[in-house]
Order: sequence, then structure tokens, then C-alpha cells
Amino acid sequence: MAAQGDQDPRIARISSAIRVIPDFPKKGIMFQDITTLLLDTKAFRDTIDLFVERYRDKDISVVAGVEARGFIFGPPIALALGAKFVPLRKPKKLPGEVISEEYSLEYGTDKIEMHVGAVQPGERALVIDDLIATGGTLCAAIKLLERVGVHVVECACVIELPELKVCIPIISNTNMLSEL
Amino acid sequence: MFAGENGPQEDPRLKAISDAIRVVPHFPKPGIMFQDITTLLLDHKAFKDTVDIFVDRYRDMGVSVVAGVEARGFMFGPSIALAIGAKFVPLRKPRKLPGEKIFEAYELEYGTDCLEMHIGAVKPGERAIVIDDLVATGGTLSAAIRLLERVGAEVVECACVIGLPEVKGHHRLNGKPLYILVEPRQ
Repeated sequence: MAAQGDQDPRIARISSAIRVIPDFPKKGIMFQDITTLLLDTKAFRDTIDLFVERYRDKDISVVAGVEARGFIFGPPIALALGAKFVPLRKPKKLPGEVISEEYSLEYGTDKIEMHVGAVQPGERALVIDDLIATGGTLCAAIKLLERVGVHVVECACVIELPELKVCIPIISNTNMLSEL
Repeated sequence: MFAGENGPQEDPRLKAISDAIRVVPHFPKPGIMFQDITTLLLDHKAFKDTVDIFVDRYRDMGVSVVAGVEARGFMFGPSIALAIGAKFVPLRKPRKLPGEKIFEAYELEYGTDCLEMHIGAVKPGERAIVIDDLVATGGTLSAAIRLLERVGAEVVECACVIGLPEVKGHHRLNGKPLYILVEPRQ
């Protein structure tokens, strides 16, 4: 579900603060660049506030952010909610013991990793990324957290692409929230 | 300067911040005692205190840009930027930023790496701080300072959670002040 129904007045400014770069990283892709949102202090503040308002009474103890743009939005949300921030990283970045989950790319596969012991069974978590396209990365993130007994309450993204080919069996068990 | 250099006036929050950082031996290679800040991010109070210490320092310095070095600088920088009403500017590894950018190369132990910044993100005359989780040789931070100065920004200070002993007593990097919360633990 998108938050657009009775659209919060802050969303228009957030949306217009995001820059579209054609043909990046390759021809045909209209890249949604959130770095311009980060330059608009009010719009960035509003983005965080919208998520915090939604989750503040939902007993969230874990905010998991997907590398790297999830690291920009996740920590401010975690701090406001009184939750831990857990980075979900590309392979070989996290030191110490990790668990990993593989996911499909258009060509080939990739992996995300999480520290063993970062989260406890029974904790309630959000997963944050800047954008959801196919949902492949988010599905992998949900699986990682669920494997260690965490309840993923929702996945939250700033941007949702209209042509969404979601991994239905997993996503249908959790709610998607995106702001555009 | 190290935040803890004030002796008896040392900020009481610093001990918990230091204790929350985990040391992982021999990562990424033998002999390196890796300072892992992910455990700090799991300690809500210590993480909040870390951000608050930086915010208290920079809120009245007229800083309009917080530049964070990928990727761990992204974990600290945005919260500081939001609290002081500044822009957050990510300084990224090559080929991650879309659109027009400038780059600055810097030395690694073996070889070189590169940091990139968007053109137009920062205006001439803006006052900026650079954030990263840790400073070792200062190579990355030096590249960050050069990037910002090339577009006419004034780098007020570089701020890191952890500073390796090599930088203690230097107080400045490329002539810019360095502000560090804690030393590495063994």
C-alpha cells in the first residue's frame, strides 16, 4: 500500500525533492536519486517524521537498514523510536560472525549479511531501504530476520516503482509501506 | 582533539560509548584489531549519546553541510544533519552516485581508492563538517576535505567516533581540526 490515499501534505514536497536521472546505471533505467531529498532539510525531516509517526506505537525494537541508502534513513528512525539499528550489508563488510541470504538479480545473484546476535528471537523489526523495485533485496532481508526468530512488522521505503514484480509469497505476509 | 582530553571534566557518556564498541581481531586481515561500531548502534542510549555529543558541538557553528563518508559515515551523519538543520551529503565510492560528480583519489596501503561527490550538492561559502566512524591514516578524510574545498566550501572540522593513536596529538588534518570521541580499545 502506498501512503498516498489521503495524501499527507508533506508528501508532495518529498516527491518533488527526488531527482530522476535517465539511463543510470544503464540505458532505459530512470534512476530515482534520493540525494537531492537529503539536501532539502525540511523534506528530509518530514520523510523521517512520517515513518516515525507511523511506527512509534508499534513496539518496534529493531530497525534494519539495507546497505547503503538504507543506512541514511534507518538510523534517524531507530533513534526516534528508541530501537536498535542493524545494518544489512553486502558480503565481507561485517566483521565477526554473520548469517547471509542470497537473492536473485536480473543476471546472477547477490547476498546480504547480518551479524549473529544483533537481534533476538521475538523482537519486532522494520526493514528500511530507499526504494523497492522487484522486492528481491527486501525479501532477502525479511528472510534473514525471520531465520533468527524476529517478527518483521513492515518494510518501509521512500519510493515504490510502479512496475512492481514482487516476490508475492513473502511480501504478502508483511505490509509494504512506501511514500510515493 | 579527543573529546576525553578534558580530564576530570570528561564527558561521562564517553565511557559507555567506548564500551559499546566491539573489537574484532584479525579483520579484515591478520594483525588488525577491527573497531566494530555496529554494537554501538545496538545500544540505543550510547548511540543517541554519540549523536548528541556531535550535535551539541556543531549546532551553533553555522554548519550547513554534513558530509558523510560511505558507508559507516552514513550511519552517523544524517542524524547529526537533521538535528542541526544541515544538508546531508554522501561521499561515495566510485560509480554509485548518478549524475554529475567530482572525484578525489587517495592512497591505500596498497593502491589507491576514490571518493565522489555530486556537483551542486554544496555551494561555495557553505560551512561543512565531515563525518566518518573512524580515522586511521586520515587518507579518506583528506580526500573528503579536498572535495569540499574544490567546490568552495569551508571545512570547519572532521568528526569521528574513534581515532587511532597515530592521530592523537595531531589535532589537525590538512590544517583542519579533527574531533574524536574515543580511542580504540584492545
